[in-house]
Amino acid sequence: MRVRLLDIAHARSGDKGDTANVGVIARRGEWYPVLERYLTQERVRDHFRGVIEGDVERFELPNLGALNFLLHGALGGGGTVSLKTDAQGKVFSTAMLRMTLDVSDEEARAVTLPGVPRIPAYTRSLEE
Amino acid sequence: MTVPLSDRPTAPLSDARIVRVAAGQGFWGDWLEAPRRQVEGGDLDYLMLDYLAEVTMSILQKQKERDLNAGYALDFVGAVESVLPAIVERGVRVIANAGGVNPPACAAAIRQLAERHRAAEHVRVGVVTGDDLLPRLDDLIAGGHALRNMETGEPLVSVRDRVLSANAYLGSVPIVEALAKGANIVITGRSTDTALTMAPLRHEFGWRGDDWDKLAAGIVAGHIIECGAQCSGGNCLYDWEAIPDLANVGYPIVEAEPDGTFVVVKHPSTGGRISIPSVTEQLVYEMGDPREYITPDVIADFTTIRLEQAGEDRVRVFGIKGRPPTDKLKVSIAHRAGFKAVGTLVYSWPDAFAKAQLADRVLRERLNRLGLRFDEVLPEFVGVSATHGPLAGESHDVPEVQLRVGVRGTDRSAVERFTREIAPLVLNGPPSVTGFAGGRPKVEDVVAYWPALIDKRVVRTSVEVLA
Repeated sequence: MRVRLLDIAHARSGDKGDTANVGVIARRGEWYPVLERYLTQERVRDHFRGVIEGDVERFELPNLGALNFLLHGALGGGGTVSLKTDAQGKVFSTAMLRMTLDVSDEEARAVTLPGVPRIPAYTRSLEE
Repeated sequence: MTVPLSDRPTAPLSDARIVRVAAGQGFWGDWLEAPRRQVEGGDLDYLMLDYLAEVTMSILQKQKERDLNAGYALDFVGAVESVLPAIVERGVRVIANAGGVNPPACAAAIRQLAERHRAAEHVRVGVVTGDDLLPRLDDLIAGGHALRNMETGEPLVSVRDRVLSANAYLGSVPIVEALAKGANIVITGRSTDTALTMAPLRHEFGWRGDDWDKLAAGIVAGHIIECGAQCSGGNCLYDWEAIPDLANVGYPIVEAEPDGTFVVVKHPSTGGRISIPSVTEQLVYEMGDPREYITPDVIADFTTIRLEQAGEDRVRVFGIKGRPPTDKLKVSIAHRAGFKAVGTLVYSWPDAFAKAQLADRVLRERLNRLGLRFDEVLPEFVGVSATHGPLAGESHDVPEVQLRVGVRGTDRSAVERFTREIAPLVLNGPPSVTGFAGGRPKVEDVVAYWPALIDKRVVRTSVEVLA
């Protein structure tokens, strides 16, 4: 099933030079593995293609249920050099949350992602 | 009852005691009410005020060039005035990097303030200097310190003639020294933001220089509160619409224990929220590699941080691991890099976006015909794509669009001429335009930031306590 990142995560972003960092945090601890598996460096690189000039790095913080992404070449030179409205990368967070993830139904059900239809008890017992 | 500070013990406290460090400013320009609200709202031991962003030092350097007594965060004087009764009567100590590029002038201003309030005998100002490398820059370069740009690898000589400021980030050691010498207001220049919080904990609990886990915990505490309300409900995306009473937002306070564990709280009856989501958002803010958060004192591993909701608006933080730092200090260098200006106009429905796009084309054709050359011209359409670019999608039937055009270049006269090409569009460009009442855009100096590293041993800090 398709899940909006906005529905399962929150985020904050900031800057370091011409690099924006986006921390993506699972809204519930049990949803973090979904982020770790599906919100890959490659997916994020594709998402921001044409928006940033450099590469994407990913770091995991399972202790905080969070992933940290570094988006290089994101800020038009960064700091005071940049002409951008968002020269400090403050709203790359919500640009990230525009993503959708295609999560397997089984996994989505296992951790009750939002939008998963509640399965009646009898079907659940049949599946088991 | 009034207990003058001089009658209070200054020795490190017993293990039973919790030390409270409150954040009162997250940047120069933060809420003027916050410091006073922090000292009036309940018990505190330390008030921590962070004023310096990367670009702030160069602004202060320019002010100092015009006036030898300037070059520090002027807001700090008002902040100290607003909390002076707490300093004098309750023994609250203040730690701030308000000194900018001129900590001695900042200290002198605080001394004068204290004298004006007849409180001079209760105020002992500690001044930390040695971070300012500008006067030593040529000697350092001649001595083989290339001060290469950490991002590009270029040596500093390539922009040497345009350098405005150069400051090493200092750690907790000189602040601890000032506290140990009895200072109750400590003023630094370019200290790391996190040292302002870690230093008082280190002083109070007597942490050693190789208590890596405890020092790292102090750094994490500093990181959580260094942006003020940004960990207590401000700019918080998680359930933002349900965060109570932001008008009355409470700034954060760290309640630390000798073993390095701490609780992030705020005063009772204040607004905002301290929760695992609000603290986590701040933890990931401006984060690089979470396994190595490098400071002059210690490298903190953010993947070891554990959080626990310990009550309403109370988050307990524990489990933090640290390891020895590098032998380098980061140096923040600012240099001139040309000029820029930004002009805006607002176009209204119908076809607001199309009109703004036409205005942009007309403007750029005129700039071309004038033969003006810029390093960059950036048109943005606020309301359509300014912040999210193509990710914002295609729904363009918006009530209004702000055209925002920025230019940057080394030729000041070209940037100046650009600023005169915006207003004419109101009468000689596309229709349904407004929002030009602010007048002509201003030409601004562009100050570029040059991060570098330097050997720790060449940076000599000095601590003086004025009484």
